[in-house]
Amino acid sequence: MVHQIVEYLRNADPLIQMSAAAIVLTLLGIIFALTYYKKWRWLWREWITTVDHKKIGIMYLICALLMLFRGGVDALLMRTQLAFPNMNFLDSQHYNEIFSTHGTIMILFVAMPLIFAMMNIVVPLQIGARDVAFPFLNAVSFWLFFFGALLFNLSFVLGGSPDAGWVSYPPLAELSHSPGPGINYYVLSLQISGIGSIATGINFIVTILKMRAPGMTLMKMPLFAWSVLASCIVIIFAFPPLTVALALLGLDRIFGTHFFTMLHGGNPMMYVNLFWIWGHPEVYIAILPVYGILSEIVSTFSKKYIFGYKSMVASLMLISVISYFVWVHHFFTMGAGPGVNSFFAVASMAVGIPTGVKVFNWLFTMFRGRIRVTLPMLWALAFIPCFVIGGATGITLASAPSDYQLHNSYFVIAHFHQTLIGGAVFGLLAGMYYWWPKMFGFKLNETLGKWAFWFFNIGFYVCFMPQYALGFMGMTRRVYTYPAETGWGSLNFISTVGAYLMGIGFLFIVVQVLYSIRYGERDTTGDPWDGRTLEWSLPSPAPHYNFAQIPTINGRDAWWEMKQQRKAGSLVSENELKPIHMPNRTPLPFLMSLAFFVSGFGLVFNQFTIATVGLIGVIVCMLWRSLEDDRGYYLSVDEIKQTEASVRGA
Amino acid sequence: MEATEKTISDQKPQEHGMEEEEKYVLGFWLFLASDLVLFASLFATYLVLRTHTDGGPTEAQLFEIPVFMLETFLLLTSSYTCGLAMHALKNGHARRLIGWIAVTVLLGLAFVGIEINEFITYSSEGATMQRSAFLSAFYALVGTHGLHVSLGIVWLISVAIQLMRKSIQPTTARKFINAGLYWHFLDVVWVMIFTVVYLMGVMG
Ligand code: HEM
Ligand SMILES: [Cu+2]
Repeated sequence: MVHQIVEYLRNADPLIQMSAAAIVLTLLGIIFALTYYKKWRWLWREWITTVDHKKIGIMYLICALLMLFRGGVDALLMRTQLAFPNMNFLDSQHYNEIFSTHGTIMILFVAMPLIFAMMNIVVPLQIGARDVAFPFLNAVSFWLFFFGALLFNLSFVLGGSPDAGWVSYPPLAELSHSPGPGINYYVLSLQISGIGSIATGINFIVTILKMRAPGMTLMKMPLFAWSVLASCIVIIFAFPPLTVALALLGLDRIFGTHFFTMLHGGNPMMYVNLFWIWGHPEVYIAILPVYGILSEIVSTFSKKYIFGYKSMVASLMLISVISYFVWVHHFFTMGAGPGVNSFFAVASMAVGIPTGVKVFNWLFTMFRGRIRVTLPMLWALAFIPCFVIGGATGITLASAPSDYQLHNSYFVIAHFHQTLIGGAVFGLLAGMYYWWPKMFGFKLNETLGKWAFWFFNIGFYVCFMPQYALGFMGMTRRVYTYPAETGWGSLNFISTVGAYLMGIGFLFIVVQVLYSIRYGERDTTGDPWDGRTLEWSLPSPAPHYNFAQIPTINGRDAWWEMKQQRKAGSLVSENELKPIHMPNRTPLPFLMSLAFFVSGFGLVFNQFTIATVGLIGVIVCMLWRSLEDDRGYYLSVDEIKQTEASVRGA
Repeated sequence: MEATEKTISDQKPQEHGMEEEEKYVLGFWLFLASDLVLFASLFATYLVLRTHTDGGPTEAQLFEIPVFMLETFLLLTSSYTCGLAMHALKNGHARRLIGWIAVTVLLGLAFVGIEINEFITYSSEGATMQRSAFLSAFYALVGTHGLHVSLGIVWLISVAIQLMRKSIQPTTARKFINAGLYWHFLDVVWVMIFTVVYLMGVMG
């Protein structure tokens, strides 16, 4: 293994050698800084061993933004290569690696953790709970995600990146066609983070169903919590097929079986089916919580109750069911026959109906509302038209005959970027701006945020609108260059300009965060937006136990109603404080995920001893957890009083 | 935070007790639902690939009726003894509960032993996992179930140890209820394997 890695690095492109050096230097820098400022203990006690959902959420957010940077650099490299015909910036192998890691990272290590960040930070606060149902498991999920992402990124410097696309279809992804360790990295890192995702799904369903504050019936629950429930239901049913697809692909590659090979009776299409039985629901896992975020933001900044609450709930649930019956639209061209293709075409188009309901409800909520165009609202406003176009192009693709023309063309690229950037990313950025004060206690600077917004938005359209046309002109996806005679040059150049505009937008966000850490407006009230749901009833950032007293809920938009009652002077006096039960911090989630990582790393290089050692580590951690008697501890009333006095500034 | 950590003593547990245990039970049901989809995916793969024998051994040539009948008998019986353990739990008989768990574990071990033996026999006849797509799918499906059973055995043993140490309490009771649920679930999956893999296999 060591030999393989050294060989790889010696023969690698200077670009990769330089990156390897840069990574080592950064690591040394971080280690030095932590030692110099004596922060190791702090890191260990406050973050690595924490089980607090708010801190876990922040760690998800940080990792997601770092990964967004990496995925973004990948994107700019690709767009640079495509800017002109016959470019020689990247060779074909590099191009293959870069689009593969770009796609995988953006979906699994950016979109997913951003969703998990919002869920973790907001859901317990919104439903009046002190933590999630299983805080220990929640930490396990995070660390599995973390080590999964780490393993995936290691491939770049240790042995070679995966290069068979983010879908890694066999036979291309089989050992016969991709002999290096790249695809093994893909299989194992997705497997490790996937286990964490299933655990998160279970955790949040139980949290939402069992831990709502008294009086908060399901139909009084904020829509974001509903959307997370819908998304988590999709997670627990959609991820197992991915687990199986990856496991079988891994068996083919590591143990020489024949599930998806071309020889000995294997059937590659079986992988494609399993992959998309997860893959399509996956895009809804990413977008459903965004619908929830939109509903919160639109309602808050229009100062109105959301229009059509019940139809919002119904459409969320409907989408989560339908999203399960459309997967074949990703390979109509497999030729399953008119009957099958028609079924999946109609089912795909049907998704548009509940989605349309949501869009109209947002519009009706804004209608005659008192709209405040703050940063979160700005991104929400940009989301709506962008996502509608994305949906419309989706319907175009869902019609099987037209998909025969458009499949694997740049039209598809434009479609899913429109839904994933214009949908998921815009919505998640809106959510990040909205809840940022709750997470960190200060607002992000508006002016810098507006610059970021306009660069990103204009950049988005400049980048992706030309790609629809390129698709019609016959440009296929995953080509690393093209001759001048195709006539694709000018549109590609425009597209690249747009990509760089988005890159500038991202830089503005970075500057905005750094600037605001020092100069951002502090949030002393805990309710900077005049919010409507329970999280805004707490100080920013919320104390580690969240609620000193669990509130009793009488209606939707509970905090809004409490504020109205308080104004009317009719708010009932509060009960006495009681000791609060808290979970202990623990190193086990970190250690267990580390063991998973070791095991995965061993398997990547067919080193079964290392793999077994890792697995034994996992089992030891599980048994340790099962046998230890960890009942948490109690916060006394005095401690609660002290904390409340200091965070509420009273 | 160390300073604030207190032992659970006279303070009235606020969020502990039945409510806490209910969360675990719901969570576990959700896990089982998810696991069921995992098996469904493996079943689908098996059904697609079962005829892809590539000129190698077929189901009818491979499967021996007495062997898989015995496996079925052992696992079904273990489900029954697991049920008896549950009964003992309801009646609060800790020792009987541990006894029935022990019987269940022994039956489970016998099942796994015979399955391993079955796999070794097939492999020695040249029917390895690498021989054909059918065999890959067979070992993947049946082997995944076998792995689950082995995990279930480890889990039951760990629950039994805790029962010996702490007797019946809300936590240990819940742990046993979940482990038992898991065990019955694996039995149901086995019935499907029995039908789809073995019976359909020998009937051709
Ligand atoms: C009305 C709603 C939608 C419809 C009808 C729809 C339809 C489709 C169809 C038919 C394809 C396959 C095109 C082809 O490969 O030939 C596709 C691709 C894709 N869609 Fe959508 N879509 C919708 C919404 C979304 C949303 C909300 C997202 C994400 C948040 C999304 C993400 C994707 C992705 C990532 C791909 C490309 C996958 C790949 O081949 O790599 N779509 N969509
Ligand atoms: Cu789809």
